[in-house]
Amino acid sequence: MRAWFRGFAVLAAVWSLVGAATAQTAPREPARPFVFTGIPDQDESRLVERFGRVAAYLEGKLGVPVRYIPVKNYPAAVTAFTNGQVQLAWFGGFTGVQARKAVPGSQAIAQGAEDAAFKTYFIANAATGLARAADFPKVIAGKTFTFGSRASTSGRLMPEHFIRQAFPGKTPEEVFARVGFSGDHSRTIQLVQSGAFEVGAVDYTVWDLDTKAGKVDPKTVSVIWESPAYPDYQWTVRGDLDAVYGTGFTERLKAALVGITDPAILEPFGRSKFIPVTSEAYVPLIEVGRSTGLLD
Amino acid sequence: MRSRGLTPAAGYAAVSRWIAALGLAALLAADLHVTSLHPWADLQRLLGGLVRPDFLAVEAASILYTVAFAVLGVGLGAGAGFLLAIPFARFRSVRIACALLRAVHELFWALLLMQVFGLSATTGILAIALPYAGICAKVYAEIIEEADLAALRALPAGTGTVSAFAYARLPEVAGAIRAYTFYRLECGLRSTLVLGFIGLPTMGFYLESAFRQGRYGEAGAWLLAFYALIGTRRLWVRGWTLPLLAAGSVLVLPATVGAVEIGASLARFLGHDIVPAPLRGAALLAPESWPATGAALWAWFRPILTGQILPGAVQTLVLAQIALVATAVGALLLFPLTSRRFTGPLGRPLGRVLLVTLRSTPEYMLAYVALQLLGPSMLPAILALSIHNAGIIGYLLGRHADGLSYRPDAPRGLNLYAYETVPRLYGQFLAYLLYRWEIILRESAIFGILGVATLGFYVDAAIAELRLDVAAVLILATALLAIAVDALSRALRRSLRIADLPVRLAGPHARPAPEPLTA
Repeated sequence: MRAWFRGFAVLAAVWSLVGAATAQTAPREPARPFVFTGIPDQDESRLVERFGRVAAYLEGKLGVPVRYIPVKNYPAAVTAFTNGQVQLAWFGGFTGVQARKAVPGSQAIAQGAEDAAFKTYFIANAATGLARAADFPKVIAGKTFTFGSRASTSGRLMPEHFIRQAFPGKTPEEVFARVGFSGDHSRTIQLVQSGAFEVGAVDYTVWDLDTKAGKVDPKTVSVIWESPAYPDYQWTVRGDLDAVYGTGFTERLKAALVGITDPAILEPFGRSKFIPVTSEAYVPLIEVGRSTGLLD
Repeated sequence: MRSRGLTPAAGYAAVSRWIAALGLAALLAADLHVTSLHPWADLQRLLGGLVRPDFLAVEAASILYTVAFAVLGVGLGAGAGFLLAIPFARFRSVRIACALLRAVHELFWALLLMQVFGLSATTGILAIALPYAGICAKVYAEIIEEADLAALRALPAGTGTVSAFAYARLPEVAGAIRAYTFYRLECGLRSTLVLGFIGLPTMGFYLESAFRQGRYGEAGAWLLAFYALIGTRRLWVRGWTLPLLAAGSVLVLPATVGAVEIGASLARFLGHDIVPAPLRGAALLAPESWPATGAALWAWFRPILTGQILPGAVQTLVLAQIALVATAVGALLLFPLTSRRFTGPLGRPLGRVLLVTLRSTPEYMLAYVALQLLGPSMLPAILALSIHNAGIIGYLLGRHADGLSYRPDAPRGLNLYAYETVPRLYGQFLAYLLYRWEIILRESAIFGILGVATLGFYVDAAIAELRLDVAAVLILATALLAIAVDALSRALRRSLRIADLPVRLAGPHARPAPEPLTA
C-alpha cells in the first residue's frame, strides 16, 4: 500500500508536468508550417495518397513547410479550420459554407473543374427492383434510406433538398421508413450493396472511383437517379494568410493549386484540373442550407 | 421476514421483476425490424480478415499513444475525481457537476475540446480525463462513504481534519480505490479508441479506418493487438510501474501539427458558440428587452424540446432498458466462464479470452456487423450494447465469484450456480447493472449509422451542423436524464442494501467484503 502512495505522489508530480508540457502546444516559430486538411469523404488510404502528394507539391511551390493533418469526421475538419489550426482546407460545398460563415475573411479560392456542376447519384439495391429513371424516383418513399455524412453536400444537403422538393412539406424521416447516416460515401455504397439500406445517396465521383476499383457489384447495386447539377468541393483559405506568410501568399497558393497538371495528384481526387472560384459561387448552397434547416 | 418494507431478498426479486417487465414493455415500444439481406459477401471478407490478420500494418507508435492517452487521461481524471470525491456527498452542486461530466460521451468531449485546443494531445487527454473525473468522483465518494469508521472514532480529540482523513480514512479506502483505478485504466484504453474518430493517432484511428474501408486483414490485426493490450493489462499496470508509465506517457505524446490560439478559441467557444443563438448580441442588461429576448429564447428552445429532447429521451430510455435486460441475461450466462469453480483451471483462461474479446470489441464494430446481418433498426444497437456490457459485467462478476469462499461440501455445477453462487452474487450483480444503466445511456450516442434517434443521435446532428448551442442544450438534457437515472439507482441500491458495492467493483480486496445475502 505504501508503494501505492508513493506511486500516487509521483503521479501527482507528473500531472503538473503534463500541464506544463501541454500548455505550450502553440509554439511560436519563425517558419510556421502551412497546415491543411480535407474532409474525410471517402476511403482514407486514397485521402492520404492524394493529400500527401498535394503537400509535397505545395511545399515545392510555396517555399514553406507544408503539413497535412488527417481528420476523421466532417465537423472535426471544420473545427480545425475555425480554430486556426489549419489555414487551408479541401471542403465540400456545405462544410465550406459552414467554415466561411464561422471565420470572417476566409474565402474559396479554387475548385475542381467538375465541382462547378457536381451531381449526386441515388443508388438502390437490386432487390428493390428500381430501375434508372430521368425523373426523381418518387417510388423510393417508404424504403430505408441512407445519407452519407451528416454534413456532406452530395451525400446529405443536396439529396435532402431534392427529397424535400419531391415531397413538399415532408422531412426525409417522414418520407422514408428509416434514415441512416453512413458516415461516408464508400460506406453508403457498401450498405446499399449488402441490402442493409435499400436506397442511398452518394457522391458521383466516389461512385465512379469505387466502380473502377472493383468494389461495386453491378448485379446488386445500381444508380437509379442522377441529380441536377450544383456547386460542390472547393479549397478554402483563412483570411489571415498574407499577414502570416507574407503579402501575396494567398495569390501564390491559388496559382499553385490551379497550376496542378500532374495526373498523379489529380487522379486520386477524381478531378481533371483545378480552376479559380470565389465564395459567391456557393451562395445557392446557403439558400439550400437554410431551406433544409441545416443552416441558420 | 417482512417486518417493515421489503427484506433484501424480496427486494432483489421485486427489482429484477421490475427491470425485466420494463424491458419487455420497452420491447413493445421499440422499433425492431429485421430485413432480409445478403450480407455474406462482406461478412465473409470480415471473418477472412480476422483469420488472416495483417500484423505488418500495426504501427507500434500508435500502441504507445494509446497507452499514453489512457494513462494520462485516467491519471488526471482519477486525481481530479479523488479531489471531487471529498465534497461529493455534501454538495449537490458537485454531484450535478460530476453527472454532467459523466453524461457526455468521450467522442463529444473530444469534439467540444477540439474547438478550443485543436487536434492536440491536450484535447485527447482532457476528453478522457473529464468524464473519468466524474465517474471516479462518484465511485470514490461511495467507497469513502461506505468505509469503516472504527479508526476515525479511535482518534484522540482535537485531531485535525486533514490528519484524520490521512490517517484514519485514507488507509481504509486506499486498497479499494487502487483496485478501482487500475480497472478504470482498462476502460481508459477502450476510450482512447474513440479519440481516433476525430483524428488523434491512437489504435482506434487505424482500426476504424481499416474497418470502415473493408481492409479487414488490417482491422483484424489491430483488433488482436488491442485484445492483447487489454488482456495483459494486469501484467504491466502495477503499483511500481505507474510512475514509469506516467513519465513515459508524457514523453511519447504526439506533437501537435499547427497551432491554435487557445485564448481566442476559448473566448469564442464560451462567449459565442455555446450561447443560445437568440441571446448572442442581445442586450441582456436592459430589463425592457427581456420579454422579447425571452420570447425569442422560447421560440428557439421549443422545437428542440418537442422535436429532439422528448422523442430522443424516449428512444434512449427504450433502447437502454432493453439493452439492460439483455446485458443482465448475458452477464449471468457468461460469468461462470471466468470462474475457477465452474470452468476449472483449464477452461478459465479460455473464458477469460472470450470475455476480453467481448468487452474490448468496439461497439461500433458490433453494431456494423449486426446492421449488415439484421438491417437498420434498434436491434443492432441493442445487440452491440448488450454484448459489450455483458462482457464487462460478466468479467467483474467472475472475478468476484472467485473471491467467494465456499463450504467444503458445496454443491457443484448447475446446483452450485443456481443455489449458491448466483444468490450470493445477486446484490452485486444488480448493483453493477444499475451502474451500467448510465453508461448505456451515454454509449447510445454513437449509433447514428442505424438511424435510431436517441439523444446522442441529435447531439451528433447538432455538432455536424455546428450548432454548438443546441448541442449544449441536448447534452444538458442527457445529463439530467442520467442524473435522474442515477438518483433512482442510488435509491434502489440504498433500499436493497447493496451500497457497499464500489468497494468490490474491481476485484481483489484487502479483506473479504461483507456478503449481503448469506443469511
